[in-house]
Amino acid sequence: MTWETVIGLETHVELATRTKIFCSCTTEFGGEPNTRCCPVCTGMPGTLPVLNKRVLEFAVKAGLALNCEITRYSRFDRKNYFYPDLPKAYQISQLYLPIAREGTVSIRTQAGDKTIRIHELHMEEDAGKLVHDPWTGQTRCDYNRCGVPLIEIVTEPDFRTADEVIAYLEKLKETLQYLGVSDCKMQEGSLRCDVNLSVRPLGGGALGTRTETKNLNSFKAIARAIDYEARRQVELIGEGKRVVQETRRWDENKDATYAMRSKEDAQDYRYFPEPDIPPIELSQDYLDGLRGAQPELAEAKRERYRAHYGLPEYDCRMITSDKALAAFFEGLVALGAPPKQSANWIMGEVLGALSARGMEPKDMRLTPPTLARLIERVGAGTVNRNTAVKVFEAVFDADGDVDAYVREHGLEQVNDNSLVRDAAARALEANPQSAADYKGGKEKALGFLVGQVMRELKGRADPQAVNAALRELLG
Amino acid sequence: MIDVKLVDYLAGLSRLELREGEKQAMTAGLEQIVAYMDVLNKLDTAGVEPMSHVFPVKNVLREDEAAPSQDRGELLAGSPAGDTEAFLVPQAVE
Ligand SMILES: [Zn+2]
Repeated sequence: MTWETVIGLETHVELATRTKIFCSCTTEFGGEPNTRCCPVCTGMPGTLPVLNKRVLEFAVKAGLALNCEITRYSRFDRKNYFYPDLPKAYQISQLYLPIAREGTVSIRTQAGDKTIRIHELHMEEDAGKLVHDPWTGQTRCDYNRCGVPLIEIVTEPDFRTADEVIAYLEKLKETLQYLGVSDCKMQEGSLRCDVNLSVRPLGGGALGTRTETKNLNSFKAIARAIDYEARRQVELIGEGKRVVQETRRWDENKDATYAMRSKEDAQDYRYFPEPDIPPIELSQDYLDGLRGAQPELAEAKRERYRAHYGLPEYDCRMITSDKALAAFFEGLVALGAPPKQSANWIMGEVLGALSARGMEPKDMRLTPPTLARLIERVGAGTVNRNTAVKVFEAVFDADGDVDAYVREHGLEQVNDNSLVRDAAARALEANPQSAADYKGGKEKALGFLVGQVMRELKGRADPQAVNAALRELLG
Repeated sequence: MIDVKLVDYLAGLSRLELREGEKQAMTAGLEQIVAYMDVLNKLDTAGVEPMSHVFPVKNVLREDEAAPSQDRGELLAGSPAGDTEAFLVPQAVE
């Protein structure tokens, strides 16, 4: 029998706000244990949580970008569970009236284009970190992350392959990064994903019993966990056994999932409306304002670069792979730099320099005017392309002055044809053998001669002009 | 209907360990509370909007501006078990 894998995703995304969702503690990553806590986020009796305005704004922006219906009258609910990662013994979340519902995300894989339906998007607070201390046999609780704002995005069970899941997560990550609502760093846990998976005979029919796999912190782990879990379920059914609905954890080292015990009996959350937080009613003006302020997303940019600037698909993807990089490209083009040349500089020298320094594009000090000026000088023939690469390296770190650097280091291209011709003549005189070789049909000898001329002119000549001068003299 | 089985279940969810006598007392107590809810349930609420909040307020929001967190020593002083850095609880992690 051929089996079909059916997957739905629950993705938790940490929002890039300055402060926590219900108190004024900082959300900054790191910090000594329990130094980013206050009576509100540690759940002291008598404290009152107050919703962070920006959390609401970011959640609505994300909902709009995922083509969701925004809930005009929304509310928070208490999800009760007794586990020490939440000191209140409940998580403030949204069950009955999530902020956004019924969205769509279009994805592209080798298999073609597909639309994934979003079931809902809701706001909630993150939990603290528990570390077991083998010395004392106790668990240490660090509540620094407790109350950090999250949005949880739940899809319909629309995925059939790991490829589709990865494509969706990449699209989601890109969208949220462009919106500026999250940095989506999986390694730091700001994008976390739970995989709900079941199998059924190919061709549809009722959904099988599903399991939920947690602790997936890389795309690679997600793909492997999907393969593993689908195979495990098919084997179970093949042996005449049943799949048990349960929460499983991915073990990166063993390359396998295993059933979690601790939270299993606690799946009865006894939700009820959160009395401490009044409902949220969004006006048409508020929604129109946010809708109007939505930035252009990566997909729209790719389409525009292709249609307006004639950039190849590959270039469009590379440049839009990072929001800051795309902004840099647009800065260059706005200053009059030719789009394709700008793209080449970005994909070559800029990305090269960044990766050599282990830097992110957003931390780059080089500004578009500086690179635009360099590109302009190459175009005008006052600096040759090879020299320009050296100038680039020199100005990259501190956004130096291109013109001053070229002047101070005497790097202006020699465009005086008589100078080039004189140097070419001298090179032929000094290397009669090479000249003879060339005349005898050895094309390679010309390369050597070009090198000699370039050296004499300290690399400042246009190699093509040198080439032409030599050929002319060699008759 | 509250019985000992339900009390056991709720105690499990709440991570409470109840002795036999306590279970009996808890069963009777919860029974009383739920009976009171039954009184409320007898009211005719047809056409009345379900209410989740007592006060007619909405959109209570704060600016995303950081304020100093609490001093850690002070924060931990209120906990029954802790060291200089963290709250300590019985083993909860697998
Ligand atoms: Zn706090």
